[in-house]
Amino acid sequence: MKKIIMSIAALLVAANAAQAGDQIHIVGSSTVYPFSSYVAEELGATTKFKTPVVESTGSGGGMKLFCAGNGADTPDITNASRRMKDKEYANCQKNGVKYITEVVIGYDGIALAQSKDAAPMNLTLAEILLAVAAEVPNKAGTALIANPYHFWNEINADLPHRKITFYGPPTSSGTRDAFEDLTMKAVAKKMDVYTKLYKADKKANKKYKKYHEVRQDGVFVPSGENDNLIVQKLTKDSEALGIFGYSYLAENSDRIAAATVDGIAPSPAAVQDGSYKLSRSLYFYIKKSHFDKVPGMKAYVDLFTSEQMIGDSGACADIGLIALPKEMREHYREQAKNLTNMKPEDLKKK
Amino acid sequence: MDQLDMHTNASMRKRLRADKRFKLYGLAAISFALAFLVFFFVDIIGKGAPAFQQAEIQVTVHYSEAAINNYNKAVDKEYKHLVSKAWLRLVPNQIAGKPELLGQDYEEWVLAENSVDQYLKGHEGHRLKEKNQRLVDQMKTDGKVRLVFNSGFFNSGDSKLPENAGILAAAIGSVMVLLLTMLFAVPVGVMTAIYLEEFAPDNRLTQVIEVNINNLAAIPSILYGLLGLAIFINVMGAPRSSALVGGLTLALMTLPVIIIATRAALRSVPEPIREAAYGLGASSLQVVWHHVLPLAMPGILTGSIIGLAQAMGETAPLLIVGMMAYIPDAPGSIFEATTVLPAQIYTWSSESVRAFEERTAAGIMVLLTVLLTMNAIAVKFRNRSENTW
Repeated sequence: MKKIIMSIAALLVAANAAQAGDQIHIVGSSTVYPFSSYVAEELGATTKFKTPVVESTGSGGGMKLFCAGNGADTPDITNASRRMKDKEYANCQKNGVKYITEVVIGYDGIALAQSKDAAPMNLTLAEILLAVAAEVPNKAGTALIANPYHFWNEINADLPHRKITFYGPPTSSGTRDAFEDLTMKAVAKKMDVYTKLYKADKKANKKYKKYHEVRQDGVFVPSGENDNLIVQKLTKDSEALGIFGYSYLAENSDRIAAATVDGIAPSPAAVQDGSYKLSRSLYFYIKKSHFDKVPGMKAYVDLFTSEQMIGDSGACADIGLIALPKEMREHYREQAKNLTNMKPEDLKKK
Repeated sequence: MDQLDMHTNASMRKRLRADKRFKLYGLAAISFALAFLVFFFVDIIGKGAPAFQQAEIQVTVHYSEAAINNYNKAVDKEYKHLVSKAWLRLVPNQIAGKPELLGQDYEEWVLAENSVDQYLKGHEGHRLKEKNQRLVDQMKTDGKVRLVFNSGFFNSGDSKLPENAGILAAAIGSVMVLLLTMLFAVPVGVMTAIYLEEFAPDNRLTQVIEVNINNLAAIPSILYGLLGLAIFINVMGAPRSSALVGGLTLALMTLPVIIIATRAALRSVPEPIREAAYGLGASSLQVVWHHVLPLAMPGILTGSIIGLAQAMGETAPLLIVGMMAYIPDAPGSIFEATTVLPAQIYTWSSESVRAFEERTAAGIMVLLTVLLTMNAIAVKFRNRSENTW
């Protein structure tokens, strides 16, 4: 028995030695995952480097693993569908992950889509807030009440008499965070009826500063991380709206169509010039201490930031990434090349 | 007399009717279950069968200087979107490996892009542009398009390009993980069962252990993933996503199943056999090793195979230990990152590209075939074990 335990222990030690950086490990956002793994595949197929392992853990989960330390078993790169948070940066510093380079690869549009059979729909950000928030202003706009709306024409008489149903991502998803940030928070932080509650009692009413509580009376249906499921539900329920990444809309354009937001339909051009409001930047973060130790890191970063991948007609655009404007692409390519160190104050400026 | 007769007749008929109704209920239940099964199979096979064919197109390939720098230039511009990038991107490497190719043009059958493939199979949502549809139609009449057996599905790993995606890496990973599970779970499980059944005294402690084992067999499998993460990765430092971690985690999950099945098999060996052996002066070890274990073997094997089949189809615990990832290379050792069949199916099911739908279904078909084979073997052993003492 002793022998067996000894040999297992020896095996595990050997395992760690064997694993120590001969293959890039990437974790992070499920939104960046398709692009990241596409680049990984191209790297594995066209160079002598091993194909990097890409694991989709969600942005937050990725940051946690990435910031755990500098050990060989920690990830080399983490993807994120939002910027690193102050807290996460502090955690990284605390664990000795001092030098981090930030790269933006492009934009992701969030689409509000419906069945192709449904009549076209145009919504404003405020209307979206009124449809999905748990508490909304009363008609006079003086106080908050539990969301009474079940049909769109109750919110705005110009909208059709159509049942309000949303199929959207669950709270663990980065897409959900982004949806709440871009619609609910963006509108609610400018509405007095919410913010005056916050000002009245900053501690107890903290949530009203940027209100983003989604209603839980069955109108907003969290539908799991699998966006294909939402697409399938939309084809069966022509009254409902679905919330998911732009790439799913592009891929399923025969079955579903986008609702316009403030009169603008999601498209690469509208996202780039900022006229389509529901979009966000996609990031990846490089652990500098691994850069020279893990073979292929430089090749991977170079390939990911190349025009061939994230350019206007690059391979990532084919699978749904919306490219950055040209100057920004060059800026981040340069930053990746020099491994520019991210500073805490970088995270503050927007 | 007549009255009595009538009475018994009436009650007889009533009982017969109840009998008939009871059989009908059973029949209804089984047809209901069968209907679901048939629906499932028709749906999966209908979706998955086309994946076993793959479109190829015939184009002129230019092995030129320009192609080395930009592989899209290896074919004429109008065919650029019809040829799979998985094939195109290898052109520069091909030239590097065989310099005499440089400057040559060849007519070759190459892997077609997934939209072409989907268009030829008549799937809605193929996303082939109208201009290219006409081109493909033209090529079809010229005999420059064909559907061939999709061997790539069986001899390549995962890919983001559906036409290039296969199950090889996941299948190898599954075999590795399953072997490890077997190596860890079967000896430990069988030894535990032998001790509990043949040697352990019947006291409070063994009763507590027994209740716990039965309980462990029923807890959600994802908890084993958390346990695996805590013990094997965080404490023992086994590499994340590796076959080793996966195998150990699934072994934990399979242990109770094997222990319970083995105990049942041991219990079914009649007591007189043990007594006869003891009567002839055999030691405990000899009784178990020479007589009880061989007789219980078919039952033990059945239980082990069913336990392993369950492990083979498991995904939830593997998600936690990092095996649900994009890992296209087949693992070279048990320490390297690997994925398994069910995890591969799950990853494909959440891909946005529509052509993955049929790959997902085809993957399910392969997994089902393996599981059916394993269960058929288990049934065979069970039949053999139904011997008379």
